[in-house]
Amino acid sequence: MAELARVNKTYIDFKKERVNPNLVLSIEESGKTVDAIKKTEKVMKIISTVFTYIFILVLALGVIFPFYWMIITSLKQRTEIIAANQTFFPKIVMWTNFSYVFSVFDFTNYMFNTIIVAIFSTIGTLLTTVFAAFAFARLKFKGRDAVFAVFLMTMMIPGEMMVISNYLTVSAFGWISNQTRIDAYLCMIVPFVVSVFHIYLLRQNFKQIPNELYLAAKVDGKSDWSFLWQVMVPLAAPTLISITILKFMGTWNSYVWPALVTKKEEFRLISNGLRGSAFTNVDTNEVEYGYQMAASFCVTVPLFLLFVFFRKYIMRGVGRAGIKG
Amino acid sequence: MKALDKVLNKLHLKKAPQQTSGGTKLMEAEPDTANMFDYTHVEDRYDSESNTIIRLVSPNNRKKKDYAVKGIEDVASKNNWKAWLYLGPVIILIAIFLLYPLINTIFIAFAKDYSYATGTFKGITLENFGIIFHIVQAGAGGWEENFIKYAIPNTLILTFVTVPVSIALALIISVALNSIKWFQKFLQTVFFLPYVTNAVAIGLVFSVIFDQHGVINFIFNSNTVWIYGANRWVAMIPLCIYIVWHGLPFKILILLSGLQGIDKQYYQAAQIDAAGKAKTLMRITVPLLSPQILYLMITSFIGAFKEYTSVVSMFNGPGTLGQNSVIPDMETVVYYVYQNVEKGFTSRAAAAAVFLFVLIMIFTFIQMKVSKTRVHY
Repeated sequence: MAELARVNKTYIDFKKERVNPNLVLSIEESGKTVDAIKKTEKVMKIISTVFTYIFILVLALGVIFPFYWMIITSLKQRTEIIAANQTFFPKIVMWTNFSYVFSVFDFTNYMFNTIIVAIFSTIGTLLTTVFAAFAFARLKFKGRDAVFAVFLMTMMIPGEMMVISNYLTVSAFGWISNQTRIDAYLCMIVPFVVSVFHIYLLRQNFKQIPNELYLAAKVDGKSDWSFLWQVMVPLAAPTLISITILKFMGTWNSYVWPALVTKKEEFRLISNGLRGSAFTNVDTNEVEYGYQMAASFCVTVPLFLLFVFFRKYIMRGVGRAGIKG
Repeated sequence: MKALDKVLNKLHLKKAPQQTSGGTKLMEAEPDTANMFDYTHVEDRYDSESNTIIRLVSPNNRKKKDYAVKGIEDVASKNNWKAWLYLGPVIILIAIFLLYPLINTIFIAFAKDYSYATGTFKGITLENFGIIFHIVQAGAGGWEENFIKYAIPNTLILTFVTVPVSIALALIISVALNSIKWFQKFLQTVFFLPYVTNAVAIGLVFSVIFDQHGVINFIFNSNTVWIYGANRWVAMIPLCIYIVWHGLPFKILILLSGLQGIDKQYYQAAQIDAAGKAKTLMRITVPLLSPQILYLMITSFIGAFKEYTSVVSMFNGPGTLGQNSVIPDMETVVYYVYQNVEKGFTSRAAAAAVFLFVLIMIFTFIQMKVSKTRVHY
């Protein structure tokens, strides 16, 4: 028996081995049998699992509810939206709300502006970030650590500090008065093509690339420039994708600065358009919630699609910040 | 023979660097010509006394110091000007759009009668702070009281309500999420959804939900006015709910990644000691998560101080009456800054911004100090 136990790693079953079949093992103090304790533990575990699921599902419903409400409200008639009896599914599905959004709200124009600004500021950010991260991670020069420390410190400054003077700066550049479409785009792109946080992220990533690769590239006669583009950038691709997506989402959500610097409604970005007055009924001066929700839905969907396809990169990029406090 | 030993000893010292550098750092090693000459000269040396050719073999009892690689440098990466070229665009942009504005804003805040059209001012003063804090009269007209009456109290309320609530909620949710088996990934994704939304769009949705004829009043069978024309303190409730809702995903993500890094042994030990669930949470999970919790506290404190978009998207203006509000009773500090920039009161905006800056700095340092005693690593 002992031999068998050692080989097969089986354990002695006391139920079979006990001498007296009526003998029951029990814990002395409580007087409960082992089986009984096991049973209560099992039951308690099932109960706590069920409660955990109920708790989580209730909160998950709370998280989803605004999305659900946005969708059904966007398909409701005005009378149904303000009715005393709220319905949880539209009685008459109003697809016309969406056609109204595209005709009156000028969704395409806001969309176009946002995409232009997003593309150019993302490209700008990627370029500056790659260069700066490369310099900080790979090159040695006097004052590197000091400059990097200054960069890190600027992360603590609230962006609101900058808004006042940056407004004066862009108007000094002549981008505010007699604003053309290009001027408006420049206002919204140029101040945001640098992100210290992204430089920091990418530098950490570049630092992980082993020194030997650099030396090997040097032996092969590669310049710093081609090493950067042929080795480092491909290796850091996941981080760069995260940066791209986060930057795009940032532009999609930016509200304050575009509202401040654009002088014409048609130059603004999607968030400004959403909050604009296009949904107020001129006659009654009341907000048309159906149209507003339809527009909100159109603004939310692209972000959702982005999230569905790039979930990994988004969550990694966001999570990276907090891994080691 | 003694003479030869001396030469050899000398050679070991000098030859060593070249041996070690040969493998990896070939490129950068600058050939020491004098040394090389000695080396070749001696290696061919024929010792006539013993009639043997001397081979150079390193003695085993050599000192480590003798073999330290010195004087080898990464020559190619030592180009100062090249590094500055790479950094150039970033430094210029940061100087123009980050550092200059910072200094300039601080300057405007302390300048007397600063005119941003001409850039003139009449000396340094604390008057701007006096105006926004309702100590000094603003011009010939009246007093400026929106800052201390609305902006600061609102910001403080939002901060001290939403930060603890959202962190506690996020902690409970992530512990629960971490403990379940089925649908864990799916539920994790669901809880992350609020992060990938347009803040304005969802703010609009919340204002529809909390409309007087909206679904919240329908469910709870009340007739409360939450948003438009609401009482200031009542209107704070939907605003706080929105901010917490919007802030949860980030916190859950950070806490979950922290939780997954905790060693299971701690929990097994707790189980053996028959510690209850609440005790395990307070005695093991929270202390081990303290770096993440601290990080979240700092970032969400700062985030809550800067609350602005939530107010705009829900109320469409500084007060509960939207854009028509005469009283900016929902204004936050940042809202105050932007409003004064738009109205042309640059000095007041700058003073408020400097105040916010100082506030954020103070809180960051306090939390860092406190954390040193509390954080368990």
